Amino acid sequence: MSQKIRVLIAKPGLDGHDRGAKFVARALRDAGMEVIYTGLRQTPEAIANAAIQEDVDAVGLSILSGAHNTLLPKVVEILKSKGAEDILVFGGGVIPESDIPFLKGQGIKAVFTPGTPSEEFIKFIKENVRKDG
Amino acid sequence: MSISAEFAKWKEGAYGKTVAKFPERKQVFKTSFNEEIAPVYVPGFEDPQYLETRGLPGLYPFTRGVQSTMYRGKFWTMRQYAGFGTAEESNKRYKYLLGAGQTGLSVAFDLPTQIGYDSDHPMSDGEVGKVGVAIDSLKDMEILFDGIPLGEVSTSMTINSTAGVLLAMYIAVAEKQGFTPDKLNGTIQNDILKEYIARGTYRFPPKPSMRLITDIFEYCAKNVTKWNTISISGYHIREAGSNAVQEVAFTIADGIAYADAAIKAGMDIDVFAPRLSFFFNAHNNLLEEVAKFRAARRLWAEIMKNRFNAKDVKSQMLRFHTQTAGCTLTAQQPDNNIVRVTMQTLAATLGGTQSLHTNSRDEALALPTEDSVRIALRTQQIVAYESGIADTIDPLAGSYFVEALTDSIYAKAKKYIERIDELGGMVEAIEKGFVQQEIQDSAYTYQLEVERGEQIVVGVNKFQVKELPPSNLLKVDRSIQVSQIAKINAVKASRDNELVARKLAEIKAAAQGTENLMPKILEAVKVYATLGEITGTMQEVFGEHKESVVL
Repeated sequence: MSQKIRVLIAKPGLDGHDRGAKFVARALRDAGMEVIYTGLRQTPEAIANAAIQEDVDAVGLSILSGAHNTLLPKVVEILKSKGAEDILVFGGGVIPESDIPFLKGQGIKAVFTPGTPSEEFIKFIKENVRKDG
Repeated sequence: MSISAEFAKWKEGAYGKTVAKFPERKQVFKTSFNEEIAPVYVPGFEDPQYLETRGLPGLYPFTRGVQSTMYRGKFWTMRQYAGFGTAEESNKRYKYLLGAGQTGLSVAFDLPTQIGYDSDHPMSDGEVGKVGVAIDSLKDMEILFDGIPLGEVSTSMTINSTAGVLLAMYIAVAEKQGFTPDKLNGTIQNDILKEYIARGTYRFPPKPSMRLITDIFEYCAKNVTKWNTISISGYHIREAGSNAVQEVAFTIADGIAYADAAIKAGMDIDVFAPRLSFFFNAHNNLLEEVAKFRAARRLWAEIMKNRFNAKDVKSQMLRFHTQTAGCTLTAQQPDNNIVRVTMQTLAATLGGTQSLHTNSRDEALALPTEDSVRIALRTQQIVAYESGIADTIDPLAGSYFVEALTDSIYAKAKKYIERIDELGGMVEAIEKGFVQQEIQDSAYTYQLEVERGEQIVVGVNKFQVKELPPSNLLKVDRSIQVSQIAKINAVKASRDNELVARKLAEIKAAAQGTENLMPKILEAVKVYATLGEITGTMQEVFGEHKESVVL
């Protein structure tokens, strides 16, 4: 029960805006989770592989370039193809409201847009990660 | 010499001569009650430090501005950063902006272009045309500037690791239009160090990247003489969460690193330093920001004079572009952003910027629509034509608060630079993660203050309202990737592929040696070698940068 929640924070695609990703990583760590941050320019394959290797409970994908509809669903798809669909996937960044239903339909469980207080995503992760690990 | 004597000398000399050559916007600048406004105001008492630390406009140490008439002569250049989708669409937006009274172009490239991947590269998937225009070959560049005479506009290009290639394409298009390189005006960002610190569009490791930069300095000093070869950028450092002191310190430390590299490559300081330009952020804190710009000018002038022995006053002048702070824009109640941008416009212009981009209200949500871009441009025009701040130079000078802040930002930034020198210079400080760590600590602290409500962001943590999701956002069509790939294939089918292979081999040979790469790159773009091919060829020699993650 005392096992810490493990989260991978990743930057898919080419954009270099990592202020948000790094804030989320530090906030989750301060909330008692174990956090791995991938750094910039990760392919969906590399992110999914890292998530499985690191045996994380959740993956947070930060993207501000507009490529979210292409790259976010790909991460979910690859996780699924490797039998890791129980890993919770959420996203954040400059993502228009109108794209969120599509992303949720693709298996992104939540999308946090600019201005979200940290307690909101911390609570979301705590309530939604797999309970068996 | 006393202030009044120096002031009289300035009026006759630096100021008088400029006005004789370039008359001011108005014969007389007046208040609403018909009193004449002087070009500049100075202390009415003797201040022993004044001339050394403040001086007069257009004179060392340039605290009060780099030109002797500033906006009384000519307003700052209003330059909106734009570009998205295909070259055709961006070309249309540029013509719209020029038609709306904009005075310079500023090109946004998409991320694959900025990093050197063609639109058909797997890494480009989903990114083509998203945050800027996609350029794969000279063909796209010809379309981008179709009908825009490159000898008559000034163009700023936000391009760093692949700056040499895009500049070469610009030169090639201009030549086709009948303009020789010495006629071209503009800027390439070309500031790789801040990409490692804050912006992330690096491709090669620091050492070969610095060599590419000095190659560009040298090539332009001989051939593209009016071009600003670098825009040393604090903008992104601030966006990443630094404070005002860190923005000044790290930007100037980057400038020192470039000057060191160019000198090491055998160049004379006064040959390249007059073409160095800067790029800063304009944040919400109006008075602090004005002080920041003034402090940065003084610091750079002193460093150029004392550390680098620059003799040419143009080497000592910190000329800069400003963009309003993207990170202050809120997705909540987006119209409020117009007010924020207005304050930031005042900060930049009261701080003496040479050019300005104002952000659009909807940029926390998506790329700006044409309507939003127009309001942003109008904001600058209203400040310029209606506010009166442009009628006298450096109007906030002499405010006890602004002067005290100018001194403290100057002193604290200087301390940081000493610390970076101790670490072995900026390249070392970045490799050690020092700079990144300092910025992240500031960013994290700030965000926590917002969360605790110690920092109020109107509409975000106070004065919220229930809002409908925004409509009318600009979206970039996914079909652009498909059409770009078709264009690349058409270019590859119609060019002389053997010639391209030969030109690429010459780039490789030059990269392995010490020969200047620019002429080789120019030859390659002219035969329609793609950006991805040229960058890929250089990567074979230079390798690829891997980020060292700092949390």
